[in-house]
Amino acid sequence: MSSRDRATEVEGLYAEAAQWHVNAGGETIHAKRLAGRWRTFKWLTASVWLVFFLGPYVRWDGRQAVLFDIPNRQYHLFGATVLPQDFWMLSLLLLFFAILLAVVTAVVGRAWCGYFCFQTVWTDVFTWIEERLEGPPAARRRLDQAPFAVRLRARLPKHLLWLVIGWFTGFSFVAWFVDAPTLWRTFFTGEAGVAAYVTVALFTAGTYVLAGFLREQVCFWLCPYARIQGVMLDPTTLVPAYDTGRGEPRGRLRRGGEAAAGQGDCIDCNQCVAVCPTGVDIRQGQQEGCITCALCIDACDQVMDKVGKARGLIRYASLDELEGRPTRPLALRPRVWLYGGILTLALAGIVYGLASLAALDLKVLHERAPLFVRLSDGSIQNRYTLKLLNKTPDPLAVEIRVSGPPGLEVSGLERPIQAAAGVVTPALVFVRVPESALAAEQQPVVFHAEARRRDGQRLDTARESVFIAPAP
Amino acid sequence: MADHNPFPGENNTGHIWDSDLRELQNPPPRWWMIGFWTSILWVIGYTILYPSWPVGEEPTPGILGWTQIEEYERGVAQIEARRAEFESRIGALGVEEILADPGLTQYTLASAKVLFGDNCAACHGSGGQGNPGYPVLADDDWLYGGSTAKLTETITQGRKGNMLAHQDILSAEEVDTLARWTVEMSQGEPGSEAGWQLFSTKGCSGCHGPTANGVLAELPGGEVITVGAADLTDRIWRFEPGGYESARHTILYGVNQSGVEQTREAVMPAFGPTARVEDVEIRRLDPQEIKKLVVYVRLLGGGL
Ligand code: SF4
Ligand code: SF4
Repeated sequence: MSSRDRATEVEGLYAEAAQWHVNAGGETIHAKRLAGRWRTFKWLTASVWLVFFLGPYVRWDGRQAVLFDIPNRQYHLFGATVLPQDFWMLSLLLLFFAILLAVVTAVVGRAWCGYFCFQTVWTDVFTWIEERLEGPPAARRRLDQAPFAVRLRARLPKHLLWLVIGWFTGFSFVAWFVDAPTLWRTFFTGEAGVAAYVTVALFTAGTYVLAGFLREQVCFWLCPYARIQGVMLDPTTLVPAYDTGRGEPRGRLRRGGEAAAGQGDCIDCNQCVAVCPTGVDIRQGQQEGCITCALCIDACDQVMDKVGKARGLIRYASLDELEGRPTRPLALRPRVWLYGGILTLALAGIVYGLASLAALDLKVLHERAPLFVRLSDGSIQNRYTLKLLNKTPDPLAVEIRVSGPPGLEVSGLERPIQAAAGVVTPALVFVRVPESALAAEQQPVVFHAEARRRDGQRLDTARESVFIAPAP
Repeated sequence: MADHNPFPGENNTGHIWDSDLRELQNPPPRWWMIGFWTSILWVIGYTILYPSWPVGEEPTPGILGWTQIEEYERGVAQIEARRAEFESRIGALGVEEILADPGLTQYTLASAKVLFGDNCAACHGSGGQGNPGYPVLADDDWLYGGSTAKLTETITQGRKGNMLAHQDILSAEEVDTLARWTVEMSQGEPGSEAGWQLFSTKGCSGCHGPTANGVLAELPGGEVITVGAADLTDRIWRFEPGGYESARHTILYGVNQSGVEQTREAVMPAFGPTARVEDVEIRRLDPQEIKKLVVYVRLLGGGL
């Protein structure tokens, strides 16, 4: 290597170090807001959160359609009632969303971060308010330098509005857990539960601080998703990217709008940096700060329109595409198949679970100490504890039949079991089998439960257990 | 420390070692400072509200007046209040009435489970399955009667079995005949003539009853009179493993015979409120607890 080459290489190292910049929140990012295709798209995706605010007011069958009734351990989802016993479905639901996140990230990058994440959406709304009340970024930066009293007067309305939004966020959250109209009535008279007030207070403070002050710092330093999602990208993932080949060498336009000879399409106007909510310069490549919100695409497209060049200097593109490697269609990527497979499994589990949510559930516990008892007449007796779960809103009289070895006798089931609504009712049952029918150490016994609802609908369920006898 | 700062304009503190190691004055990130001050405010708020600073013997009380023991006591009071309703009903009702009420029965079972574990399980097993020498409570064979009244009496006063050792009373053949006879009886057979002969003439029927089922007399209400002698006609053996050898042993050495080394032991201590242990009166189970235990024992399997 010649000494000149070595010198350039070393300079390259310094140049890298010079670009290294850690965004630790030292200065507030006042991003420019521009209209554009992706901006519109972002508002649309953000509006998904209206469900969060309005959802609690949807009614179904005379009660709140979706209500997570924690004190009563009942979770109503429209017509269905989910009890803690059904919580295995929650793990499938969590698996489903975790994998969904992975699939989406592998295919189109941090779409969750850019378009849906509450941190992004709330920050977006907060900065929109900021712009309405305090003017464009330049004016806000000037205000940052103003004396405290001036700042206070100019910014008080914004802070109040932020707090109001924070309050609504907390209130809407609580409304998923208690009856919403009742909450409106009780909240202001001081009759709502302590938990409700504490939650609303925490959410108000949390929203205010996270969306008003910490903003992109949350994505940089606090959020675990940001860390995990980064490693799920691969060279085939579509992300907002700067087309280096086309843009470089960048250079300002001369007076009169002429580009110098050999100059790339980037006119170094820094609009892409100005609009970025996380302070990233996308021209340096994919980086952890980028939440793939595509706002820089809007910005650059407008610039390209102005200077009469083709759009798409910054666009959704994969690394492979930008570096001229052949790109594989989605269907040929193993990741997509693997993630997709797990996704389908989890979904199938949830659908199966919801579809088989029986209104009457019977569990049978065989007594272990002792496993069996010999009675005076030589017959063998086993003791069982039945647990009847009645998920209907009314009490049920449940008849239980037992079938098993011939000559079997049952006590404890002479009268129907009164199963109270929404809870587990236990019952003790003794099964006796005469000596003559004790064919094996273990024989199956089946408990059949049957009940009729008030409207005549028949509910039944069965559960197999075992009858244990001494070895013959 | 250098008076002349060789690195001007980089915001260092002026503390320089080894001519180029220096301390810079970069502020920590803002989010970090926010967290820092919030935690300090939190601690101040916390120490004002809750007991914290150790001043002398006791910590500062905190303006909320919260203490851990009070919280515990409140919790206990809460659970007592929930129990009180059940407890008062159990106090007012008889065992049969409790058994007729499924909700109350469930409460009683849950509550008596602890009592059974503390007082009974050591001998009778955690599920009433018995132990060598200690009767099974889950079967339907009751030495002293299985009615509620009899169970209450047994738990309250205790029981002590009594059977003479026949080693000096009966000849070896007689013992052999009787032992064989009990095995036949337990298998549902009529029993040998010679066995019946000995049973009736050697005094056995005085305790085991004229029909050898352990019952001396039946009262009109279904209650029976027994002295705790075993029912020799059923399939259940009082002393495991059962069979010829067990029977022979019991006949030879009896039950609870002082001076007979190999005698069977069958003693249940009294659990009543004024039970005596070695002449010291100690409190054991009160009537309410005994009532719960009776319900529990009945539902182990033998009361149905
Ligand atoms: S670089 Fe572009 S896509 Fe990434 S966060 Fe900034 S504006 Fe959004
Ligand atoms: S907005 Fe486009 S033209 Fe302007 S600096 Fe960014 S990449 Fe270059």
